[in-house]
Amino acid sequence: MIKVEVDMNKCQHYGQCVFEAPTVFKLNAEDKLEYVAEVDDSERDNVEAAVDICPMQAIRIAQ
Amino acid sequence: MSAPVVIVGGSLAGLRSAEGLRRAGYAGPIKVIGNEPYLPYNRPPLSKELLSGTGDIDEIYFPIKESVADVEWVLGKAATSLDIQEQKVTDLSGTSHPYRALVIATGLRPKPLPVDANGISGIHVLRTFDDAVALRKQLLPGVKVLILGAGFIGCEVAATAVKAGCQVKVVARTHEPMQEALGKTLGREVKRRHELMGVEFVKGASVFGLIGDGHVERVILDSGVIYDADLVVVAIGSLPNTEWLEGSGIDISNGVLVDGGLRAVSSNGTLVENVFAVGDVARYVNPLFDQVPRRVEHWNLPTETGKRAGLILGKYLNGESIAEMLAEPFAPLPSFWSDQYDMHILAFGMTYLADRSELVAGEISGECVFEYFRNDKLVGVCGIGMRPTIQSYRTKFLLP
Ligand SMILES: Cc1cc2nc3c(=O)[nH]c(=O)nc-3n(C[C@H](O)[C@H](O)[C@H](O)COP(=O)(O)OP(=O)(O)OC[C@H]3O[C@@H](n4cnc5c(N)ncnc54)[C@H](O)[C@@H]3O)c2cc1C
Ligand code: SF4
Repeated sequence: MIKVEVDMNKCQHYGQCVFEAPTVFKLNAEDKLEYVAEVDDSERDNVEAAVDICPMQAIRIAQ
Repeated sequence: MSAPVVIVGGSLAGLRSAEGLRRAGYAGPIKVIGNEPYLPYNRPPLSKELLSGTGDIDEIYFPIKESVADVEWVLGKAATSLDIQEQKVTDLSGTSHPYRALVIATGLRPKPLPVDANGISGIHVLRTFDDAVALRKQLLPGVKVLILGAGFIGCEVAATAVKAGCQVKVVARTHEPMQEALGKTLGREVKRRHELMGVEFVKGASVFGLIGDGHVERVILDSGVIYDADLVVVAIGSLPNTEWLEGSGIDISNGVLVDGGLRAVSSNGTLVENVFAVGDVARYVNPLFDQVPRRVEHWNLPTETGKRAGLILGKYLNGESIAEMLAEPFAPLPSFWSDQYDMHILAFGMTYLADRSELVAGEISGECVFEYFRNDKLVGVCGIGMRPTIQSYRTKFLLP
């Protein structure tokens, strides 16, 4: 399992992460980001892509 | 020991190239030569959060992944020339850096004031952390700010400055702010919102000259009108940092021309061995739209180009076949965003290619989504708010 952390003070809810890892991140009905905090290792590549492409650099993979 | 992969330009595209090399399994030495004294940091906050606050560079550094922890960073040194026969880069201090392969990631710099400043101070541009610090110190209540250029950076600076209590004028050649990217209709709406906040737009004009005793006091426009100004921000676009490549034989007619594998192309149209270019400085064809090579200055592309160049080069250096990767078309979807007041603008595609735009959701005075067409083909989508709707368009841009 890998732990995903999003700094909600930084996140601007653009949803770029949603496209990279749709099973982990989503924008809810209020346009706000929601995410799964613990995901399977098979998602690592996608979450890493989301980390890289987040404009606010708000996502972290906790070791 | 064999020569390292040398990456020139220590910003986002350079970092992603190094990561891509490691991801491809290349374990040899990597050296990054960067002009700025800093490790790679994120630029978009420079015209937003960081311009209004007191934030330090620590807040915007990109994380350095473990895979690239052993990269050698040569910082505060500009590359001044390239010899593709000898495979070496020379820096300002005269040191030469032999390379096994080279990645050009030198990005852009702001276009300077179009007229001679005659030594008058108070003229700012915004590209680096140091630029942002120099500018934000001056954005005090009551200060008269004249911004030249109504593109994204000009408009973001306007929003930040007016929130700081400055008196802000934006002078631009175009009719509406961000007109090229947003089109006239959405541009006009963005202008309306800026005006509500107190920003004044002066259209169809540029600067003719400056008046001031040491420091700028007044700006003369080419229309003859004169405005008081305590400081001028020049935000009229950017120029590729390619002077150091002059005489190398690489096509630098407008940025560095590369093929779909991000490999540099020479002026006579042949590929330059072992040389790649990535990020804002690279000019390439995006088959999602057409066959015209372009430089695209959006934040997601340094990552897309850097990753791909790093992967291709890393595999190649490992002696693996890259034919399959090269056969895959490189068709990244450009994406840009902008924050001004409570207005969140988000776009995908190349809206600036469009000949018309159409409101397809929401209301222009509130949250809205526009589609952009060229010859009736969708080339972009852009809106204010409504991010899930805009995001849902990503799958509509397909290869022909
Ligand atoms: C103020 C600002 C706000 C922005 N906001 C947004 C936004 O909201 N949304 C968006 O999509 N995009 C935005 N962008 C654009 C985005 O930041 C760029 O696309 C991105 O930074 C490009 O990365 P790069 O690595 O290609 O080039 P750069 O970041 O320009 O890096 C190039 C590096 O190379 C160095 N260099 C240059 N010449 C030499 C040399 N001869 N030798 C050694 N080093 C050299 C430079 O000093 C620099 O450090 C913004 C840009 C700025 C400046
Ligand atoms: S990409 Fe970053 S800023 Fe955007 S929604 Fe995801 S975490 Fe938030």
